[in-house]
Amino acid sequence: MAVYEQTYKSYTGPLTPALSRFLIIPRYAYEVVFKSRLFVSFFVLCFAVPFVGLILIYLKHNLSALQIFGTSAGEIANALPINHTFFYWGQWYQGALSFLLVLFVGPALVAPDLRNNGLALYLSRPFTRTEYVLGKMSVLLILLSAITWVPGLILFAFQASLEKGWLGQNLSIAGAILIGSWVWIIFLSLLALAVSAWVKWKPVARVTLIGLFFVLMGFGGTINQSLDVKWGMLLSAWHVIGSIWYSLFDMGVTDEFPPAGAAWVALIAGCLIYLFLLYRRIRAYEVVR
Amino acid sequence: MSLGGRPILKDLTATLTGRCIGLLGPNGAGKTTLLHTLLGFYPPNGGTARVCGRDIRRELREVRALLGYMPENDAFIAGMSGVRFVRLMAELAGVPHSQAIERAHEVLFYVGLGEARYRDVGSYSLGMKQLAKLAQALVHSPKILFLDEPTNGLDPPARTRMLRLIRDIRDAGEVRVILSSHLLRDVEECCEEVLVLKDGRIATYTNLEEERRANRKFLELELRSETEGASAAFAEEVEARGAELAAGARQRLKLVLPEGLGVRDLYEIAAARNVQIRRLDYKKDSLEDIFLKAMEGGDHGRV
Repeated sequence: MAVYEQTYKSYTGPLTPALSRFLIIPRYAYEVVFKSRLFVSFFVLCFAVPFVGLILIYLKHNLSALQIFGTSAGEIANALPINHTFFYWGQWYQGALSFLLVLFVGPALVAPDLRNNGLALYLSRPFTRTEYVLGKMSVLLILLSAITWVPGLILFAFQASLEKGWLGQNLSIAGAILIGSWVWIIFLSLLALAVSAWVKWKPVARVTLIGLFFVLMGFGGTINQSLDVKWGMLLSAWHVIGSIWYSLFDMGVTDEFPPAGAAWVALIAGCLIYLFLLYRRIRAYEVVR
Repeated sequence: MSLGGRPILKDLTATLTGRCIGLLGPNGAGKTTLLHTLLGFYPPNGGTARVCGRDIRRELREVRALLGYMPENDAFIAGMSGVRFVRLMAELAGVPHSQAIERAHEVLFYVGLGEARYRDVGSYSLGMKQLAKLAQALVHSPKILFLDEPTNGLDPPARTRMLRLIRDIRDAGEVRVILSSHLLRDVEECCEEVLVLKDGRIATYTNLEEERRANRKFLELELRSETEGASAAFAEEVEARGAELAAGARQRLKLVLPEGLGVRDLYEIAAARNVQIRRLDYKKDSLEDIFLKAMEGGDHGRV
């Protein structure tokens, strides 16, 4: 409509499919998130470890390249086995970076909408609470996927392409990367959204997130020591996810983490609690009792 | 419909068909709750409602696709320019990306925010925020527009502009408007029908246009008489001849004349009773009268 024709005209064109509309939220969120140079720098840095991993895999299978460094190819190749341990530690690095990325992005996801009554605008459209949560979660799901299982599987595929027979023996690693990453991503995303929904001020939300990870870990350690049990560490998200990754990557037996079965239960319970807390807040209007 | 265990809307049964319907009622009458229930924000405890034939319990997504909602309170998405905010709202309602951009610009120009469309919505004045809310409610071309106190906090020129826009939308005929307000003048200026709520029930549902067309006129008389009881006798005779009347203070009468009884007859009756008619005004049944009458009585929730 031309500027001078200021009369109301209705839109009669086609509509987008309802099922994919939740993806509009991450698209708009990324326009804001990637405006921050600090975030972009950090995001690029998140690919450093996978990139180093890629180089290591390449060098291991390229003896002539190793000889340039004047080293014994066999020694290095033996010192750097590309196996479940290699991918397990990669998972840890990327998992820790995921937490930092969530600290960056998470607190600003829901809180501004609650503060400015934005939810009434979202939910007055053909857009449900579930789609809203899914949309906001997708912001983190996509970003975290990009730095966890996607590079993990690329490394896995690269290694498999360079060594014949390796894929068949290590197929479980791909499953461990995929499942381990998704479990962590979903847990982190739900936690970040729940905190963002309940703590409206960004710095406080960040401190809350850090507190939930490190204070609870300290508290769990205290329980373990004072009661002489090992279940206290189920309060620590690091130990819970560590236990799950340890078992998924088939790393053997350890006393460092709580049992994997209990860790799964704790993780699912945590996700359900965060989901419950989130749905308590995601309403068009708060009902004051 | 109960909120926090407290019943808000009770026994409502109505069919609203007008182009622009005013939702009136004192604070706490349930106007906003009614809109929110129709939008599906609160599920009703019992009964249901249909919007353009669609059930709000079973077809909420379809119902919301038909509605545009301008909330009463400040409501916007933080950190967005006006055009980006309206574009997002259009896309969430299903308008494709490229058309959403075009629609956002169009609607912002239409409501008068064209020049300010690249400014952050958070930096808008109250009046501009009201216009931005109207723009986001209109951008996806709803069939029904819910406006909740659209002139709240606006200065007179901004209020006039908002009411002009609402009338313009109404007259374009593509959108039906439900205007919730406690300001009678706003409703009187824009609406053809009025639904008055009182304590969560329908107090009255009036077609203002019909009322106006019927031109049912009130007469306000101010009497003066030296003889005691003469004014009362005048009133009795007028009533006996079929007029509806209500006595006010200081010998003032409000009356509705029946067919066959004219002003001349009143003067004749007054002369016969030795009563002077010192003032005689025609007064239309104003929305204020309808509202006040509704607040005294009530239709007990059914129209």
